[in-house]
Amino acid sequence: MPQQTAGTPTYQQKTTSRRPAGTLYRGREGMWSWVLHRITGVAIFFFLLVHILDTALVRVSPEAYNAVIGQYQTPIMGLGETALVAAIVFHAFNGIRIILIDFWNAKYQKVMFYVVIGLWVVTMLAFVPRHLTNVFNH
Amino acid sequence: MSTTIEAPRSPYARAPRKRGVNWEKWGWIYMRVSGVVLVVLIFGHLFVNLWLGEGVSALNFAFVAGKLTNPFWMTWDVLMLWLALIHGGNGMRTLVNDYATKPLIRGILKWAIFASVAVLIILGTLVVFTFDPCPAGQPADLLPSFCSAL
Repeated sequence: MPQQTAGTPTYQQKTTSRRPAGTLYRGREGMWSWVLHRITGVAIFFFLLVHILDTALVRVSPEAYNAVIGQYQTPIMGLGETALVAAIVFHAFNGIRIILIDFWNAKYQKVMFYVVIGLWVVTMLAFVPRHLTNVFNH
Repeated sequence: MSTTIEAPRSPYARAPRKRGVNWEKWGWIYMRVSGVVLVVLIFGHLFVNLWLGEGVSALNFAFVAGKLTNPFWMTWDVLMLWLALIHGGNGMRTLVNDYATKPLIRGILKWAIFASVAVLIILGTLVVFTFDPCPAGQPADLLPSFCSAL
């Protein structure tokens, strides 16, 4: 709270949108992690709907399943899978951050946001080069 | 006559909660419990299907047949199916509650979410438990190698 300096804030100051108070979810790390959590959540949900339908094709015929999974192996879908994994990894680590805020200590929510970003970078470094090699070398 | 203005942040009296199960509380708990389990299940799923071996380029019917005849992966996939769809459906419900303001639109959207989650849970569960790894009359090169031993 760098702006809270002189005296007790008045009622008007407390409610101005430039000074979030009493919530982690307005402005800066708290808000952006919340926004990203929603966007990645929606994206993952719609992929999940499609992914169950395409996997259900194993019950139709081997050709039908192989035809669709073949599409997942194209360069464009390979890039899409990179974005999907990026969304899942963020949602997973930020979800754990949310649980720690709720059950452990909300004081560290900003630090934990940067820990989430750091873990996300490390996980993506372990995944992306290997995945893109598999996609573009076949 | 003087008027007393209430302090703006003073708590207001809430209506006493209706009796019965607090579903919102259990939904809140479900998101956290299923979330932790899903991190393990989905990271494992991605590790085995996209990272090990040749990753996505090795996926085909025979690969899936190998997994869906193994009770370990059947349990893994069914758990993932149920936990993820309910987690995702409840998350979408939260967004609809936040952003859809017209009661009719809200109702339609929540009904659509519920219907797609229910249909896909039933479909997915049936696929896992009725799966035939060696369907008759299919070209042998598309089937897992253990089918030729039958």
